Amino acid sequence: MSDKLNNVPVMADLAAKGESPEILFWVGCAGSFDDRYKKVTQAFVKILNKVGISFAVLGPEETCTGDPARRAGNEFLFQMQAVSNIQVLDTYNVKKIVTACPHCFNTIKNEYPELGGNYEVIHHSTYLQQLINEGKVGLKGGGEFKGKKITYHDSCYLGRANNIYEAPREVLAALDAELIEMKRCRTKGLCCGAGGAQMFKDAEPGNKEVNVERTEEAIETGASIVASACPFCMTMMRDGVKSKNKEASIEVMDLAELIAKNEGL
Amino acid sequence: MQYISQIVFLILVAVAAYFLYQRISRIRKNIFLGKASGRTASPERWKTMLLVAFGQKKMFKRIVPAFLHMLIYVGFLVINLEVLEFVIDGIAGTHRIFAPVLGDFYTVLINVFEFLAVGVLFSCVVFLIRRNILKVKRFQGNEMKKWPTLDANLILVIEIILMFAILTMNATDMLIQGQDEHYAQTGTFFFSSFLVPLFEGMQLSTLIFIERFAWWFHILGILGFAVYVTYSKHLHIALAFPNTWYSNLNPKGKMENMAEVTNEVKMMLGMPTENANEPPAEIARFGAKDVNDLSWVNIMNAYSCTECGRCTDNCPANMTGKKLSPRKIMMDTRDRAEEVGASLAKGGKGLEDGKSLLGDYITKEEINACTSCNACVEACPVNIDPLAIILQMRRYVAMEESGSPASWNSMFQNVETNFAPWKFPPTDRFKWAEEMESKS
Repeated sequence: MSDKLNNVPVMADLAAKGESPEILFWVGCAGSFDDRYKKVTQAFVKILNKVGISFAVLGPEETCTGDPARRAGNEFLFQMQAVSNIQVLDTYNVKKIVTACPHCFNTIKNEYPELGGNYEVIHHSTYLQQLINEGKVGLKGGGEFKGKKITYHDSCYLGRANNIYEAPREVLAALDAELIEMKRCRTKGLCCGAGGAQMFKDAEPGNKEVNVERTEEAIETGASIVASACPFCMTMMRDGVKSKNKEASIEVMDLAELIAKNEGL
Repeated sequence: MQYISQIVFLILVAVAAYFLYQRISRIRKNIFLGKASGRTASPERWKTMLLVAFGQKKMFKRIVPAFLHMLIYVGFLVINLEVLEFVIDGIAGTHRIFAPVLGDFYTVLINVFEFLAVGVLFSCVVFLIRRNILKVKRFQGNEMKKWPTLDANLILVIEIILMFAILTMNATDMLIQGQDEHYAQTGTFFFSSFLVPLFEGMQLSTLIFIERFAWWFHILGILGFAVYVTYSKHLHIALAFPNTWYSNLNPKGKMENMAEVTNEVKMMLGMPTENANEPPAEIARFGAKDVNDLSWVNIMNAYSCTECGRCTDNCPANMTGKKLSPRKIMMDTRDRAEEVGASLAKGGKGLEDGKSLLGDYITKEEINACTSCNACVEACPVNIDPLAIILQMRRYVAMEESGSPASWNSMFQNVETNFAPWKFPPTDRFKWAEEMESKS
């Protein structure tokens, strides 16, 4: 069983066998390299395997979508990345992409079409919600998050950027947990501080870090779990929790991890 | 002699119309310093304008100011119907021309106008208190010193005075009606009745003088205010409509594509390009350094801004003490467009005056602080997009100056050489799967 759960099919291998999977799981750079976010990637793969979805990853062929370069102003580099990625995706005749990164999601969904890349792109929160609605995961009730206080931190690139506010919350609802909203949520959600390529530089001079401001709000809810759906948000919120010395009482977890854990994966 | 007031009236209207025309033409020119926008008509645009500008949908995120603003807005729209009577009376030399025509309904109408006038008065007073006594935070801020604060207070005070003029005019008119049967009998006006005691016992000639003074004051006030508005942040009363019509209908996360880069990229990658045989188009400048590098919609955004500060209030960078204020980005853009336009009108150097929007108005520190979170865009009641301007400036800095922060330059290098924004070897990209499979 565990063999199957940890199986990671690669696009090139499937193509060599003449197979084409239903979805491409776009892992993203954080999901590939960041030690913490790798766990999210692995959790999501386990869910896909458990449900028996036909999927594959690009593996070593995947490269940065170009999002941070574009937001930092380097349009040339962005388009180099985008056009190369589109070439790879089109080689494998990819139709449907699922990703656990809102930045990759936004870029591939909204910005690749103008450069010739047209795919159905789904963020993993929406995908998990679909699996839940179809009864393929969750709904067991009495899982380990039952009654636990969870707050959800909206990612700007899911929320305001793409109007995805309810899917992540519905995923949390399936855990039977108690969702407590922060004061600023949904359209008013406060950024974690990492968007627009801020992840890759120090903040400009100010009197506070954005992630600390946001973490204070999360702490106020009294939740023991801060749920996130974005690798940058996760890093920023974890750093915030650490700076407040709350690591023992507050855990930052991705939606996929919560579902995987609930499923006993 | 009897036509003299009519002639004076027409001359004053003509003078106001002339100044308005001049000023509107100038603003139009300033806005079209910007590049083409590529936004085309669609039913969605009408819907957006109806909901956001006409219906004030986004104002209602904050219920108290929304309600107060609604009173002024409805007052403005409806009381202007009364101005129609002012204008006809002014031209024809009549007095309350609609009163005998409409009969009792005229009394109802004027009472409705008075009710709205009192609503406007009330809101303006509360707004003055919010700005000057409660000192609501979003009306403060570095960019709000001097003129912006004076401008805001002037608008409110002028509106209060104009409303008082209407009420004074009605109160004295009622007294005159009692003494001179030549005046149309209009019945009682509820709100201005409260002012009647102030004028009771005055001589008829004094009353007529006050009534005429209030009438002229009100109509001249409106004409003067109309001209003033074009120099003021209050321009939103007109521009909110085209501004929302032209607002971005794409998902907010989507950045404008630079088509001029695409051909070059495709050539670099050895791909067929669409117009390979044509000589490459002359690219004036990558990104935006000055107002003429922006699109005209960006500049119209700037003229539509009424400096309410909801954007800055919601900006994560601003609330944590960074220099960035989205409102200032819009004000700077407008002020620079004004400066260039004024210079050009005088036959001056215009854009070639040695100054530029980025550098002389907006600093790199400001644009570098943005997290592109779209909170400012979401917060704006008239769909202004400060983020679009910030991102175009970043493009100028990165592509024309190579002046991005050092850590961004390293990130660029990482993407180029390691295909990831971090300095990890590409060979490690798939390690997560190995780690996973080794566990099984």
